[in-house]
Amino acid sequence: MISFTEVGFRYADATHPVFRDVSFELPEGDLCLVVGGTGSGKSTLLGAINALVPTFTGGTLSGRVRVAGRDTAQHRARDLADVVGYVGQDPVRGFVTDTVEDEIAYGMEQLGINPVAMRKRVEETLDLMGIAELRRRPLAELSGGQQQRVAIAAVLAAQPQVLVLDEPTSSLDPTAAQDVLAAIATLVHEVGLTVVLAEHRLERVMQAADSMIWLPGDGTAHHGRPAEILATASVQPPLAALAKSVGWQEVPLSVREARRTALAAGLLPAAPPEPLMPSGAPVLSARGVEVRFGDLTAVGGVDLELPPGSITTVLGRNGAGKSSLLWALQGALSCTGDIAVAGTDPRALDAFSARRLVTLVPQTATDLLYLPTVSAECAQADAESHAEPGTTAGLLAELGVSVPDDRDPRDLSEGQRLALVLAIQLAAGPAVLLLDEPTRGLDYRAKAELQRIVRRLAADGIACLISTHDVEFAAGLSQRTLLMADGEVIADGTTRELLISSPAYAPQMAKVFSPVPVLTVDDVVRGLP
Amino acid sequence: MVVAEGTASLITLHPWAWWCWAIGIGLALLGTTNPLLLILAATAMIAVVLLRRTAAAWARSVRAYLLLGLIVIGVRIVFQIVIGGASGETVLFVLPEIPLPAWAAGIRLGGPVTAEALMFTLYDALRLAAMLLCVGAANSLANPRQALRSVPAALYEASVAVVIALSLAPQLIESLLRVRRARRLRGDSRAGLRALGAVAIPVVADAIDRSLALASGMESRGFGRTRELPVRGSLILLLGSAMVATGGVFLLLSTRWWELALGLLGIGGIGAAWGLRLAGRRLSVTTYRPHPWTLRASLVALCGIGAAVVVWLGAATDPEAFAPTTDPLIWPQLTWPMLAVIALVLAPLPLTRQRPPAVVHSARNDTRVRSLRQFGNPAVEVEAGAP
Repeated sequence: MISFTEVGFRYADATHPVFRDVSFELPEGDLCLVVGGTGSGKSTLLGAINALVPTFTGGTLSGRVRVAGRDTAQHRARDLADVVGYVGQDPVRGFVTDTVEDEIAYGMEQLGINPVAMRKRVEETLDLMGIAELRRRPLAELSGGQQQRVAIAAVLAAQPQVLVLDEPTSSLDPTAAQDVLAAIATLVHEVGLTVVLAEHRLERVMQAADSMIWLPGDGTAHHGRPAEILATASVQPPLAALAKSVGWQEVPLSVREARRTALAAGLLPAAPPEPLMPSGAPVLSARGVEVRFGDLTAVGGVDLELPPGSITTVLGRNGAGKSSLLWALQGALSCTGDIAVAGTDPRALDAFSARRLVTLVPQTATDLLYLPTVSAECAQADAESHAEPGTTAGLLAELGVSVPDDRDPRDLSEGQRLALVLAIQLAAGPAVLLLDEPTRGLDYRAKAELQRIVRRLAADGIACLISTHDVEFAAGLSQRTLLMADGEVIADGTTRELLISSPAYAPQMAKVFSPVPVLTVDDVVRGLP
Repeated sequence: MVVAEGTASLITLHPWAWWCWAIGIGLALLGTTNPLLLILAATAMIAVVLLRRTAAAWARSVRAYLLLGLIVIGVRIVFQIVIGGASGETVLFVLPEIPLPAWAAGIRLGGPVTAEALMFTLYDALRLAAMLLCVGAANSLANPRQALRSVPAALYEASVAVVIALSLAPQLIESLLRVRRARRLRGDSRAGLRALGAVAIPVVADAIDRSLALASGMESRGFGRTRELPVRGSLILLLGSAMVATGGVFLLLSTRWWELALGLLGIGGIGAAWGLRLAGRRLSVTTYRPHPWTLRASLVALCGIGAAVVVWLGAATDPEAFAPTTDPLIWPQLTWPMLAVIALVLAPLPLTRQRPPAVVHSARNDTRVRSLRQFGNPAVEVEAGAP
């Protein structure tokens, strides 16, 4: 269905090619997973399938890419719209119309399908993706998972043979991600579509994959069975890391498989010691925090105390009020209730003094950056924080992420950019650090880096509060977890007891070795004799 | 009653029929300053809007236009009283006059206020307000977005650009608010021009990212796919027709050769229509749930055009009635042609039908209705209950 023959690609001003001599063939009806670190060329590979690369991005493509018998060198992306459905990284930005039904019809209108057939296909597509009840809703009002399903439906309506998805679940909560992935699996199994999907978080998808393409980032691509690829790839989801540490030949792709293998091998780790809940006089204490937007109560009466040096994660659905809570605690969002950070209410302070107490790295960290180079941003941050010149650059170096000084911050990778914003925010020397959804777009290595950084900051006595959708990240990092729903904290306890008891949020290791309360591969390794 | 946007095609008229009707009335009102006709026509239009609008959000806009009209009238009257020159003899009251320096000759602050000048201003303001109301009525009766969807194929690209611009504006505001909020996090409390770079650069960068994402989304979904080479000569035909029509308008407005002018206008109009048709041939984009152009739609559109024709013919033959003089002040008359205009404004009422409200017989065991209710989407409820 899709064949790459000795494909090479180089961006116009790049020194190194993204690909060299890449060849592989995907048969019809395959679900192929494209894995690799940030910047390894996953999106470029996906774009090459429907000719967006190079016609839209520039650069030179050599070799030959054929999709359903059509050579992409002779067809523009628009001419492939009837064979390849492409859903980009942020579906909201690709929406052309404003209601669900119109969005689904849009692609067919462009193909010139007659209105009667179009009407029928819209209905079928709505049913296929299970979104019939949303048909007249404005796209902007939908939740993230619904928007993602509408985006998929919108390309499906044109009845393509290939579906290309670029990180479809990166911004979704675990339940919504599960919904979207289930819908994709249905398309592969029932409709017979060929699906190519790029992901950072492999935990949930890898069991459904027929094959995997690993991009190590050096211009090569390795195509093979998932179990083989995962055994060698540097991309290590928890199950692959487990297989590596206990010496299994074959990487189990699902929790069930891993559980069986572990049982057969008699692998039973000892329960790790009870984690210590951080204690001490709280540096941040909040009582009855309530945030309202008009009629909507985003946060309804949250009580929270954070001891110094503690790491706490906040989990919950999209729209549960996690971000609002963080913004309110920083004092940047009007709210009722009492907030005290080191005895002072950040809402009563000006912006400059507030961030010396408590600082927030927002979800879209780029909003904070506006200067042309990294060094200019660092100098500006020193000036803003009244810190010694060089403080921010020093912090950045201390974070252990190499960031070139003369680069435009917008050209950095997600991980580098996050490190830069973190250094800028830490220059103020806050007592409390709030991170809103920091793991979006980070690969496993960058996430491990982030964990290391946060642990170090906590060891220096900074209280960290992190909102995230990434259960494995939370499991590996935090001692305490809050679960939010509908603006309220519905559970507050040690990360271990909270995650293990929840069906949606249990990390994979907990499921594999249940009832032994292990959360991460490290726990398992430490618990083995 | 609740009618969702998507079902509109089943019960409502083609959006351009309503726009044609409203624009026709607007042109008609442009040709008269008779306050009786203006007020009656405006009232009739409001009646049509209230009886024929749907329950969608954009259908509420007529109230805003009505308010805008009243503000226009108020402002004009106040300005006339304060700085308007006095003409006529019926002095109502005298404001203290403020002497102005010599270079401000021709402007007078205060002084006597006459009934003649006041009525003249009132008539003129009424006309402007009524014309604003026409736009409001069209907006309430036909969703402008829906109207843009059914433009001639030749104008398709232009309509796409307008629709995208319409949806980009709220996105830009959203990203502006987000960035401004984020400024506080960096402890940046600069305001005004000095903060411009810090706010503008992330917003502009975000807007460019969005546009690129949208463009690649449209490209990968086939936008611009079904275009063939333009039909030879269609551009020349369009340009030529537009020039001929412009010449016609010029002759009509500034000379006495109205026969020649009408002829030129007609030729220009037909030429333009033919050119659009030719140019549209190269595009084979189809429309989802197209609004059919029905006989009713033609009739409603004709009502608007008819109103314009009646007023302009009437104004030519009977100028005293259609543009009553305010000096000396006389009571405006209502003549038969004016009643015909009102009838034409009201004509869409018998020509269109109001959809009967859906009667929802609640079924005790209908789990579907009950589960849908949880979404709190009334449109779905009605659909579930409708036969």
